[in-house]
Amino acid sequence: MINNMLGQTVRIEAADPKHDGDKTTSKYALTVEDLNAWYGNLMVIQNISMGIGAQRITALIGPSGCGKSTFIRCLNRMHEVSEGGRVTGRVFMDGQDIYAPQVDPVSIRRRIGMVFQRASVFPTMSIFGNVASGISLTRFWSRRRDLKDVVERSLRKAALWEEVKDKLDQPGASLSGGQQQRLCIARAIAIEPEIILMDEPCSALDPISTLRIEELMLELKKDYTVVIVTHNMQQAARVSAWTGFMLLGQLIEYAPTKEVFTVPKDKRTEDYITGRFG
Amino acid sequence: MPRESYQRNLRELQDEVLVLGSMIEKALERSMKALKERDLNLARLVIDEDQNVNRKRFEIEEKGLDIISCQAPMASDLRILLAILFIVQDLERMGDHAAGNAKIVLMIGNEPPLKPLIDLPRMNEKVIDMLHRSLNAFIIHDAEAARKIVPEDDEIDQLYDQVFRELLTFMMEDPRTITRATRLMWVGHNLERTGDRVTNICERVVFMVTGKMEELNVSTY
Repeated sequence: MINNMLGQTVRIEAADPKHDGDKTTSKYALTVEDLNAWYGNLMVIQNISMGIGAQRITALIGPSGCGKSTFIRCLNRMHEVSEGGRVTGRVFMDGQDIYAPQVDPVSIRRRIGMVFQRASVFPTMSIFGNVASGISLTRFWSRRRDLKDVVERSLRKAALWEEVKDKLDQPGASLSGGQQQRLCIARAIAIEPEIILMDEPCSALDPISTLRIEELMLELKKDYTVVIVTHNMQQAARVSAWTGFMLLGQLIEYAPTKEVFTVPKDKRTEDYITGRFG
Repeated sequence: MPRESYQRNLRELQDEVLVLGSMIEKALERSMKALKERDLNLARLVIDEDQNVNRKRFEIEEKGLDIISCQAPMASDLRILLAILFIVQDLERMGDHAAGNAKIVLMIGNEPPLKPLIDLPRMNEKVIDMLHRSLNAFIIHDAEAARKIVPEDDEIDQLYDQVFRELLTFMMEDPRTITRATRLMWVGHNLERTGDRVTNICERVVFMVTGKMEELNVSTY
């Protein structure tokens, strides 16, 4: 039994003892139990159990096709939207299984935001509109002024405000790649999620923009739980507190980042991060 | 293997540590031979060769730094590199101790011998043997072998203790021997320190293999 981020008790007996979570925190934002996922008949995630520490950055690494993106898509019920996507197992958030029948997936996606590999800005919509779009879809705003406040606050949190405050009405596509990705982060923040999932957020960015996003992640973890999927092992090493290594749909090793990158326990992790395969 | 040249560079760097180690073994052998045989030329050679030891150490450190900065090594590779950087420091300092003993040989010059040298050569042999085996453990990544070497440092400590007491007796009996006896004490002290450096190397080998930083030797001196 463990306590989640609201101090409620969650049972995790079924969790694999190897991966039952971040022991350095008593708070879990998410507790995953026996998660399996399929695309049609193809099983892409096999029996993953793990605790994701609250207000931490957790990184998932692994070779292409290992299932890490699918896995985080299971964390906010996005996988089931894919063709043939099917999930079994449980994911607890505040003591509530997000896969329980009575749970509305849309409400989960509002609480667990997502940022994708390629900045998915609406190109012709204004910068302001891009940030506001998520809010408009999820809430009724009676006063535009409130909306303005939320947009400004979100852009500030995404470390973009100073760069765009004088051109909020310009199209989102006018921004650079790094700025567009921060705009997507602002849009995700605007709906006030508790958890932000990031799927390769920097893979299309230059090194400076990458470092800015990483710095931003470190800021964000003060208020949010961040889960990041990355191919860039240095990135995982730089920003995350815990790292999970996935291979062929399984979570092979899940430990404090420092341990994974200095003394990995599993030979497959060792071989992957030292570049002996992958 | 996708990173062949990188793995080759890493392997070559480990081999270079062995080269540095053999330079130190030679320096230790020669400085003791120079002391026993009062061979001042050999002592000068040891002192000169210490420059090569220093150069080799920097060369290895530079190559290690290149690998770290260009290849971003991880996990066991990172531990190997860190171990190398620590070990070459210890080896370089052992070289200084050997050169220090050679300088003492020059100081002693042609003074009449105080006593036949028995324990100091034994200390030297033991240090060389331990050094050789510690580097062997390093190259084959054998933490257990490294661990087993560490307690043997007690033998060196005991020999040093013996040398120290014996020389103290000489000095108490005849104050005119103080200068000569003190010089031999320095030789013993240098060898005792060299033994401690070997145990440092063993600790680094254990770290390299297991990832655990452990103090294995608590020296009496």
